[in-house]
Amino acid sequence: MSGYYTKLRARRTYRWEGKPTSEDRKLKRRYYGSLSIAVDRRPAEAVVSVGQYILIEGHDDDNPFVAQLLKLGDVRFMQVTHVQWFVRMCEIHQNKRKLLGRSPHPQEVFYYQDRSCDNEVDAETILGSVQVCVYKAPFPDRENKDTLFVKLVWDTKAFRIMDPELFQPPQSPKSPPPYQHAPRVRALPTPDPTVMKRAMIGVHTRSSMSTGKMGTSEAESAHSASKLSAAKVLNMKRRSRISSNPNIRKKLDLCSPSKKLTRGDVLGDILGEDQDTEEDLAKKLGSSPPRRISITIRMTPLQNPSRSSTDEECLSVQALDSPAKPTSTALDNTSRNVLGVQPLDDDVFELEPALVSKGRTPRKREATPRQPSLRAPKAEEHEDSPIQTTATPRSKRKSAQLVSFQIRKQLSRDELQSDGEDADDDCFVPAKIDLESSSDEEEEVKIDSEDELIVKRSRCTAGSKMTRTAANSRASARTPRKTPSKKAAPTTPRTPRHATPSIPTRSLPARKPENVLEEARARLHVSSVPESLPCREQEFQDIYSFVESKIMDGTGGCMYISGVPGTGKTATVHEVIRSLLQAAEQDEIPHFRFIEINGMRMTDPHQAYVQILQKLTDQKATADHAAALLEKRFSMPAPKKETTVLLVDELDLLWTRKQNVMYNLFDWPTRRHARLVVLTIANTMDLPERIMMNRVASRLGLTRMSFQPYNFKQLQQIITSRLNRVKAFEEDALQLISRKVAALSGDARRCLDICRRATEICEHSGQQGGTKLVGMSHVMEALDEMFSSSYITAIRCASLQEQLFLRAVIAEFRRLGLEEATFQQVFVQHQGLCRMEGLQPISVSEGLAVCQRLGACRLLLLEPSRLDLLLRVRLNVSQDDVLYALKAD
Amino acid sequence: ADGRKWKNNLPILCDIFEFNYEKLTFHLLLQVQRILRERFCHQRLPDRPVGLESQYKHLLELLRRTAVHGESNSVLIVGPRGAGKTMLLRCALRELLELQEVKQNVLQVHLSGLLQTDDRIALKEITRQLHLENVVGDKVFGSFAENLVFLLEALKRGDKSSSRPVFFILEEFDLFAHHKNQTLLYNLLDVSQSAQAPVAVVGLTCRLDVLELLEKRVKSRFSHRQIHLLSCMSFCQYLDAFRSELALPDDFPDSKFSQEWNLNVSELCEEKSVQEILQKHFNSCKDFRSLHLLLLLALTRVSVSNPTLRAVDILEASRMSSADSKANILHGLSVLELCLIIAMKHLNDIYEGEPFNFQMVHNEFKKFIQRKSHSIHNFEKPVVIKAFEHLLQLELIRPVDGGVCKVQREYQLMRLMLDHTQVMEALQRYPQCPTDVKQWAISAFG
Repeated sequence: MSGYYTKLRARRTYRWEGKPTSEDRKLKRRYYGSLSIAVDRRPAEAVVSVGQYILIEGHDDDNPFVAQLLKLGDVRFMQVTHVQWFVRMCEIHQNKRKLLGRSPHPQEVFYYQDRSCDNEVDAETILGSVQVCVYKAPFPDRENKDTLFVKLVWDTKAFRIMDPELFQPPQSPKSPPPYQHAPRVRALPTPDPTVMKRAMIGVHTRSSMSTGKMGTSEAESAHSASKLSAAKVLNMKRRSRISSNPNIRKKLDLCSPSKKLTRGDVLGDILGEDQDTEEDLAKKLGSSPPRRISITIRMTPLQNPSRSSTDEECLSVQALDSPAKPTSTALDNTSRNVLGVQPLDDDVFELEPALVSKGRTPRKREATPRQPSLRAPKAEEHEDSPIQTTATPRSKRKSAQLVSFQIRKQLSRDELQSDGEDADDDCFVPAKIDLESSSDEEEEVKIDSEDELIVKRSRCTAGSKMTRTAANSRASARTPRKTPSKKAAPTTPRTPRHATPSIPTRSLPARKPENVLEEARARLHVSSVPESLPCREQEFQDIYSFVESKIMDGTGGCMYISGVPGTGKTATVHEVIRSLLQAAEQDEIPHFRFIEINGMRMTDPHQAYVQILQKLTDQKATADHAAALLEKRFSMPAPKKETTVLLVDELDLLWTRKQNVMYNLFDWPTRRHARLVVLTIANTMDLPERIMMNRVASRLGLTRMSFQPYNFKQLQQIITSRLNRVKAFEEDALQLISRKVAALSGDARRCLDICRRATEICEHSGQQGGTKLVGMSHVMEALDEMFSSSYITAIRCASLQEQLFLRAVIAEFRRLGLEEATFQQVFVQHQGLCRMEGLQPISVSEGLAVCQRLGACRLLLLEPSRLDLLLRVRLNVSQDDVLYALKAD
Repeated sequence: ADGRKWKNNLPILCDIFEFNYEKLTFHLLLQVQRILRERFCHQRLPDRPVGLESQYKHLLELLRRTAVHGESNSVLIVGPRGAGKTMLLRCALRELLELQEVKQNVLQVHLSGLLQTDDRIALKEITRQLHLENVVGDKVFGSFAENLVFLLEALKRGDKSSSRPVFFILEEFDLFAHHKNQTLLYNLLDVSQSAQAPVAVVGLTCRLDVLELLEKRVKSRFSHRQIHLLSCMSFCQYLDAFRSELALPDDFPDSKFSQEWNLNVSELCEEKSVQEILQKHFNSCKDFRSLHLLLLLALTRVSVSNPTLRAVDILEASRMSSADSKANILHGLSVLELCLIIAMKHLNDIYEGEPFNFQMVHNEFKKFIQRKSHSIHNFEKPVVIKAFEHLLQLELIRPVDGGVCKVQREYQLMRLMLDHTQVMEALQRYPQCPTDVKQWAISAFG
C-alpha cells in the first residue's frame, strides 16, 4: 500500500538559506548553514540546518531514513548533503535483528556505523526534520510520535551501547564515534553489567568476529590490489577520509558544549577534506555567529490540543507492555515468547490507529475478525515455556532461545529462501486454519502466526503514519479498505489473495533408499545438490571474483554466461552465491541480496519487473508501475543500500521488440547508486550480437563467459563425485556412459539420467539381492533405450496394410520422381500392391484410416484430412530406413 | 444392482415374455451385453495389460518410486493410437493406489492437450486439481502471471521427503509442446529435475518424434525415458485376444450359460470365415480398439431370438465397419446425378485428373444422351445444374479454389472427390441401374 503514497506526495522545492558559509574551491563546493524546504499547498517553509536530524526519502515511504545533517553544500548547482545515518530496526538485515535480544521500541533508531555506506545524499531527498533523543533504558512511557530515540550503536555486526558523547543533541555533536576496533574496545568503558552481558551475547553469536572490520578492510584491500579500477581507488579514498575523522572529532571535543553558535559550521568544516582545514578556519572566524534558526519541523501539521489527552490515555495502556510490544521492526519470535501479554497487545494496536482516524478502527476490526480466536490456541501451546514473560528484555531473549529456537531457525531459513516472495502478506486478512491432517496442524499454526505478525506489522505502520501529513495518512488508509472489499466475496471467510503457496505435506514420510543401487540412484538424481561442482572450478573462480569484487566495491556490473543446456551454468552461479552468502554471514564481505528470475518462469517479459520488485521489496505492482519503482530505486542515491545480485536465467526469453526489459536490466547496473550486479544466463554464445540492439549489447559489456560442454573425463568425474564412494558402477560402464554422452551433447543431465536408468535395469535384471554392480550390458541397454530411434521398430511393428502403404508411398515417389504425392496417387499404388501380395484390396475409407494412423505416429507427414483424396503425403523417415525395416521383416 | 433393477422390471417383463425360459435368456443376455460392453467401451480396465508386461513394470516402478521415495521422474509413453497408452497408465495407477501408503499421499493432476489448449488454461486446471489455496470452490483467482508464480512457489516450497508427491499426467503431450515458449513443460520438467516437491511428469503421445518438438532446454530437462508401446502381436495372439475379450468371466451368475457361451466363442475362433475376417482386420490394424469396435457391432446383433454369437454376425459387423463412407451416398443418388459422376470420371480419365467445370460435364453428358442412351431422356439444363449443385453439397465434388472466385457457376473449376474404384463399385451395387449407363461407365473414353 505504501507504493501508492509516492504518487500523492506533494512537490517540494528546496532553497538555500542565506549565503554560503564556506567554500571548497578544490572540489568546487560551497557549504551552507541551512536549507529551506517549501512544500506545495503548505504556507510555511520548513528550514533544516546543519546539525539537525532529518528524514530522508527512501524506498519505504512509511519509514523514511533518519540521519543527522552534517554538511550542506552544492557542487555546480547539485545540492549535496553529508549526513550521519541512523537506522531503524526494519532496515537492519533480518538475520541480524535477533542480535538485539529484545523487541525494539517502535520509535527506536540506532546510530549507524558502516564505512562502506555512502554518506553523501542528494539534498532533494530531504523530507524534513525530526527529533532524536538519547535515552538510557528504559524508554519513556510518554512518547511523542515525532521523536525518535537512540540508545544503541549498530555497526553492521553488533549492537553496542551508545557512547553518550557520540551522540549529542543538535547543540553539541562532538565526540568521535568509535571506529575500527569498536567491538573489542567497546566493553571496557560501560559499567552496566546487564548491558555488558547483552553486548557479549551480541558478540558471541558472531563467533567469527575475529574477521572484524580490520579483517574486512584487509581482505578488501588485498583484493583490490589485484585490480585497479577507478571505483576502487575512489573507495579507498573514501575510506581513508572516514578513518581520518576520529582525530578531527577529538579535537572538537575540546570545545565546550556551550559554544553552540558556530557548531554547524565547525562541524561542517572539520568533516571536510583535511587539506582545507586552515582555509576553513579562517572563514569560520569571519562568519557571523548566530545564524542558525532552530525550528523543528513537525511533520504533522495539525496538532490539535485534544489529541494529547487521548494520547495519554492510550499510552497508559501501552505502558503495560511497551517493552514487549512487537513493532514494525519486531522480531519474528517475540510474538511467540511474550504470550502472557499478547492479548493486551492486540488492544493496544487496535487503539493506536483509532487515535489518528477514528472512522477507520471499526473497519479494521472487521477485517480481522479471527484474530483473537487464532491467538488463543497459540497461547496455550506456549504456556509451558520455561520462563514466563518477565520485565527485563534479557530474560525474554533467553526464553526466546529456549522455546523457539527451532522455530526461529526454520522461519529465518524460510525467509531467507523465499526472500519474502509472498507479497500478499502485508494485507490484513488472516489465513484460515485448514486442517489437512493432524500432522499438518503444527505447520499451519506456524504459518498463521507468521501471517498475524505481518498483520501486526502492517497495522503498526498504519499507526506510525501519525507522523505523516493528514492527507497522506488518509491516502494510505484508503488502500487497506479497498483491499479486502474489492475481491473477497463476503461469504467466503478466506480470500485467495492471502493464500500461501504450498503443496500439502504427506502423511507418511518418504522412504529412505534401502540398498546400494537405490542410494546411488538418489545421489545421481539431477536434483540432489552435490557438495561441490567438479570440473567447473575455473568458471566458479571467475564468477566468484567478479561478484565478490562488485560487492566489495559497492559498484554494479553485468556478466553474460552462455553454454548449451546441462553444462552447469545455473548450478555454478548458485554455488557462487551460496559461498558468497556464507562469506557474508561470516562478515568477510558486506551483506548483499540475491534475487533470481527466470525468463521461462514468467508469462511475459515485462513480468520480470514485477518479480524483481516483489522479491526486493515485497510490493505488488503492475509491470509498468514496477518498472517505474525499480527505475527510481536504482537511480536514486539511496543510503545504506546493500548490493543486489540479480540472476537472470534464460535471458533470451526476455526479448521484446523494443528490448526495453533487457535494456533496463543492463542499464541499471551502470547507474552510480544502483549497486546492482546482474548475472545473465542463456544458451547461445552470440545472443548479444544476434538479437540485441547495439545499445543493449553495449551496456551488457564484454564480461562474457562460455561454459563448454563437458568432455568424457569431466562427465566421469561428475558421476564419481556424485556417487561419492558408493560402489554401484563398474569402471568401464561409467566410461561408456560418459564417452557416449560426451560424443552426443556433453549434457550432464543426460549423463545422470542414463546412469539412473542403468541402475534400474540392473536392479530388475538381477533376482538375488546381493551386491551387484551396474555392468556394461545394463548400460548398453539404457543407452539403447534413450538414444535409439524408434522409427524402425515402429515400422516393423506396424500392421501389414500400414507397411504396404509405406511401400506404396515409396513406389509412388519413385514413379513421380518427387518426394510428395497425393493420397489418391498413393492409394492406386496401394491397390496394386495389395493385389500383388494376394490381399483383398481395401476400401478408400480404410486406406485413409491407415494413412492417418501412420500420420499420427509421424512416420508420414500429412496435410489435414479434410482434403480427403487430395491430401498430400510425405515421408518423415528416409526411404532407406523404410526399406531396411521392411526388408528385414 | 443390476439384479434389483431386473426385479423392478419383472412384472412388465412377465407380461412381455410368456415363457420362463425366454425371460431367463433375456435376463442373462442383458448381463452379457453389460459385461462385454463395459469391456469394449473402455469403461473397465482389464485386469492386467495384455502384451505390455515389461512396459507396465517399468512404469509402475517409476511411479512407485515417486510415490514412496519422493524421487522426481519424467517419462513419455509413446505408441500409436489405440495401443493402450492410457490403459497402461490407468492400470499402473490403479495398482499403485491399492497401496494404502500411496493412496494417502499422492496427488494427481490430469491434463489433456486437447482440453488445455494453452498454458493459461492448463495452469488454472492444475491449480484447481491440486486444490491450492488460491482456489475457492471451483474457481481459480488471479491472473495468469500470478497463477504461475503461485504454483511454482508452491512446488518450490515442497521438498523431497515431506511434501506429497504429485503425478502430472499429460495426455496428448505433443500438443503441450506447441504452447508459447513451452513454459508449462519447462517448469514441470524443471521441477522434476530440482530439489522441490516430488513430481512425476507422465506424458502420453502417439508421435514418435515428440522429442524433436521440445526446445533444447526443455529437452535437456526431460529425463529421456520413453516407454514405447509397439506391439509385435502375431495373429495367434490376436485370436487369443479375440477369444478372451469375448469370454464371460467365471463369476457369471449362470455358469451353464457362460460355459455354453465360452464354448461357442472358442468354436467361432476355429471357424474359417471368422478367421478370414479377423485376418483382414489384423492386417489393416493391430490394435485393440478396432477389434473392440468390431466386437461391439457383432454384440448388438445378439438377442433373445439369437442368443449366441454367430459367424454371420461377425461377418456383418466387419462389413459395416469396413464399409466405404461414400458408398452409401452414391447409392442414394438419382440416375441423373450418377450419370454426371460418370461423366466426371471420364473427364478425369481424359484430362488426367485436371479440374473440370459444369459446362464440360454437361457436354459430356449430352454426348452420352445423344449417342448411346436409350433409357434416359434429355434433361433441361437447369435440372442438370440442380443435380450438379446437389453433388456439390454432398461434397462429392469440390471447387478447386474454395469457391471464392467470381467465375460464373457453370465455369467454376471442380474436382471429383471419388476414386475410380469407388464409382465402379457404386455402379455395381446401384439398384436397377440402366444397362446403357453401366456400359458407358465401363467403356474407356465416353
